[in-house]
Amino acid sequence: MSASLEKGIRVLKEVIDAPMASYFSSCVHCGLCAEACLFYTETGDPKYTPIHKLEPLRRLYEQEYTLLGRLGKLVGLSKPVTDDELEEWKELVYNSCTLCGRCSAVCPVGNDIVYMVRKFREGMSASGHAPEGIIGAVNRTVTIGSPMGVKLPAVKAQMKHVEEDYGLPIPLDAEGAEYMVMLSSMEIINFPEYLAAIAKIMHQAGKTWTLCSTAFEATNAGMQIGNSDLAKLLVMRIVDGAEKLKVKTVISPECGHAYSALRWEGANLIGRPFTFKVQHIIEVLGEFQEKGLLKTEGFETDKLTFHDPCQLARRGGVINQQRNLMNMIAKDFVEMPDAGYMNWCCGGGGGASAIEEGEELRMEAFKKKKSQLDAVKPDRLVTACANCRIVLEEGLEHYQMDIPVLGLTELIAEHIPDQTSTKGA
Amino acid sequence: MQGPLIDTLARQGVTRRTFMKYCATLASMMALPPAAGRAMAEAMAAAPAATKRPSVIWLPFQECTGCTESITRSHSPSLEGLIFDAISLDYQETLMAAAGHQAEEALHNAMKENEGKYLLVIDGSIPLGLDGAYSCIGGKSNLESLKEAAKGAAAIVAMGSCAAFGGIPKANPNPTGAVSVSDIIKDKPIINIPGCPPIPVVMTGVLAHFLTFGSLPELDSKGRPKAFYGETIHDRCYRRPFYDQGKFAKTFDDEGARNGWCLFELGCKGPVTYNACATVKWNGGTSWPVESGHGCLGCSEPDFWDAGGFYKALSMPADPLKFASTAAAVGAVAGVAISFANRGKKSAAKSAHETTTLADLEK
Amino acid sequence: MNDMQFLTWVRGTGLDIAVSIFVLGVLWRLFEIYSLGRKPDLAAPRSTPGASGWNTVFRRSVPPPGMMKRSPVSYIGGYIFHIGLAIVVFLFAPHILLVENLTGLSWPGLPSQFVDLAAVVTMAAMVVVLFDRINKPVKRYLSTFGDWFTWTLTFLPVLTGWMAVQHLVLPYTTMLALHILTVELLLIFLPFTKLFHAFTVFGSRWYIGKINGHKGVVV
Repeated sequence: MSASLEKGIRVLKEVIDAPMASYFSSCVHCGLCAEACLFYTETGDPKYTPIHKLEPLRRLYEQEYTLLGRLGKLVGLSKPVTDDELEEWKELVYNSCTLCGRCSAVCPVGNDIVYMVRKFREGMSASGHAPEGIIGAVNRTVTIGSPMGVKLPAVKAQMKHVEEDYGLPIPLDAEGAEYMVMLSSMEIINFPEYLAAIAKIMHQAGKTWTLCSTAFEATNAGMQIGNSDLAKLLVMRIVDGAEKLKVKTVISPECGHAYSALRWEGANLIGRPFTFKVQHIIEVLGEFQEKGLLKTEGFETDKLTFHDPCQLARRGGVINQQRNLMNMIAKDFVEMPDAGYMNWCCGGGGGASAIEEGEELRMEAFKKKKSQLDAVKPDRLVTACANCRIVLEEGLEHYQMDIPVLGLTELIAEHIPDQTSTKGA
Repeated sequence: MQGPLIDTLARQGVTRRTFMKYCATLASMMALPPAAGRAMAEAMAAAPAATKRPSVIWLPFQECTGCTESITRSHSPSLEGLIFDAISLDYQETLMAAAGHQAEEALHNAMKENEGKYLLVIDGSIPLGLDGAYSCIGGKSNLESLKEAAKGAAAIVAMGSCAAFGGIPKANPNPTGAVSVSDIIKDKPIINIPGCPPIPVVMTGVLAHFLTFGSLPELDSKGRPKAFYGETIHDRCYRRPFYDQGKFAKTFDDEGARNGWCLFELGCKGPVTYNACATVKWNGGTSWPVESGHGCLGCSEPDFWDAGGFYKALSMPADPLKFASTAAAVGAVAGVAISFANRGKKSAAKSAHETTTLADLEK
Repeated sequence: MNDMQFLTWVRGTGLDIAVSIFVLGVLWRLFEIYSLGRKPDLAAPRSTPGASGWNTVFRRSVPPPGMMKRSPVSYIGGYIFHIGLAIVVFLFAPHILLVENLTGLSWPGLPSQFVDLAAVVTMAAMVVVLFDRINKPVKRYLSTFGDWFTWTLTFLPVLTGWMAVQHLVLPYTTMLALHILTVELLLIFLPFTKLFHAFTVFGSRWYIGKINGHKGVVV
């Protein structure tokens, strides 16, 4: 109960850096970022222009770190940032921003807007202006261990089910394994097929792997709310687990933000480089495919398309692997317009899907995805992020579109020939 | 057409036909109808004989006599000089035979006899420093003489850049406190004929106009006859096509210079100089500065002497980097100072950081 | 003050002042901005060809796929007036001469008729983008006093320069002086307005390219 404006401003003063100063100094108000943001394109409301979402931060930067800004504040030309203002901006910084990074991709002067939104959230959360929904998710992740409140016994139960159903062992806390597999709680609760798929894939590839009892949850609500201290705490659990088990690689699950939090923010959050490698499951599959460790049989014959999770593709640089994998198992794989690097967000990333009051806006924004889907009319929609998957399902249901959504890893695993051998190498 | 002027000219070897032709040219230069040429010729030819002979009084002040030289000696014999001389000159220290008290007397007589009708021509600036002591004639300062002579004048011709705008005496730092005629006389029509020196034909043109129509020709905002100062040297320059093509002489003896390319880069002030040199030319139409290979100095413009250097192209600033290194140093120091302040502020914020716990997310 | 004195002043004292403020301001602002520094990225880098700061500095001049269609006026108008400004500023013979005088560097210029045309096209494009700023809800919403002010600051030197060459309205001398004066105003305000993007655009593009290049993302 100690969030305050003062704290928020202090945190912002910490995170303002040269790139941000350069970005704010470069903006020419051309408005092109709006054209890249689905919250603007689908609503037509100019307040959703990405750079405008940073207005209080821009003023704070100028007031704190530029001579003219300081003078402006002194003589009252530049108004100080207030609690009321930040409360008003809550919707813009959280509900209507999924950190998808499309704005950063189009800015002609090269402003990394999403980089700044991420930093702005540090101040928003420290000043008590984060949405309740995300605060709840952070709370559950920190206290219980997962944003959906999943605990180890639930994981163990799933492990048991999979072992029974598929006859493949699910190692837990196996020291020295090559891979440590992380899960997102959605996979534990909603998509247990994921665990089975991993088991099959690893078995076929002949790789050792393990789950970790102290670090099975990969999602990082701390990063979504934009609080580095809490995000660090969550990353640290994984680092401790991986170092304790001495694994070579930690595999981020089909979850975009989990990947970003661990792969790109993790080392920076804990202040030292990792002693292990971090890969998204799609990267691992791509590597297996390339090395011939992944062999599939048969093809899907219906029309499939792929939704690129923003954090994996545009923000994470994994773009080709999923396409090679899709072509491996699908005869009729079609691309949506703007697919790949410029793909449109599902509308629920960056913690947005946890904000209840943002649902109406999310559904409005989903019209973008709908138009993309309408352009190719797929029979099924494949993706590689559990959060995208949930949001896509919600949106499709809202617009009464009958398109099943599935995860790429499971789809691949379905095409791995049965080989119920007794041991997993 | 007869008259004393025609006789005078004939004695000097100038035929009546030449005189008529000259007047016609003069009229066309001043954009007057062709009939005006004949009227001018008649008026000038008749003038000295008539009782209402218009008197011209020429007072030289702080000057170099270049203007007088220009008119009387521009070519031999100078038609302008002859006309000017023959028709009406009552007092011109440099030209008149009389000296001392005789001269003074001539001046006073002319002023008295023609009160309110004479044309006063001034060449040279008027020094105001040390109570005008820098230039005195017969113990009288130029300022005093000017005020006295101006009183009864019908109009004043400020002949040459010094009289018109202050000229070289006024150049920085203007040690004598030189000013122009129009700086002092406010209640008389003043016609400026700037140039260092001015073109002779402009002088006769104005005179002819005054004699013929009894009035001054149309003037521009700087008091110059529009007919002669209406366009810039640059606009009428025969080298203008090279400017448009971007062909410039870079030195006075390079290929461009030999090919007669534009002298803009060598400092030609043609674009900002309003004068008739490019059309009238000098020395009886022989040539003019740009044709001889040198850029225009802009001598007929106010303060031409201080306009940033004769050999610096117009587009070039006088000395823009004078303070640039100082400015750079100040900017860098200010920048570094702000940098330190900013870094201090940032690290203060960092050290004041309290690790956020769950409870800290809510107000 | 007569027009020649005016011209002499803007070419002399006026320019001294403007250039000094410009140089001072640019250095001050560059220090102010870039001295804030940034933390080193500790995440294991992934290298992808084309993913680097320098690549992005150039790549960002090209519209990303689909964007040209969404905002053609911004892109086409933007291209025309930026390129037009470059032609007018850097390829007009008297301007080259100025640079040569200051730095000793020189390059061939374009015929004055072509530069003249470029100036007209530039002004037309600027008027179009101005109308776009007034008409488009997003642009109007984002616009502040600074946007209108800097548009004027940029437009006036082109207009006065063109009018001087064309001998429009005022005598050449006065127009030339006004032209130089408006350039001086532009120089004075450039470091302290959004026009400073002329400098920081390179830093910004480099940063976004570098930060994302560390992740192997070609931005």
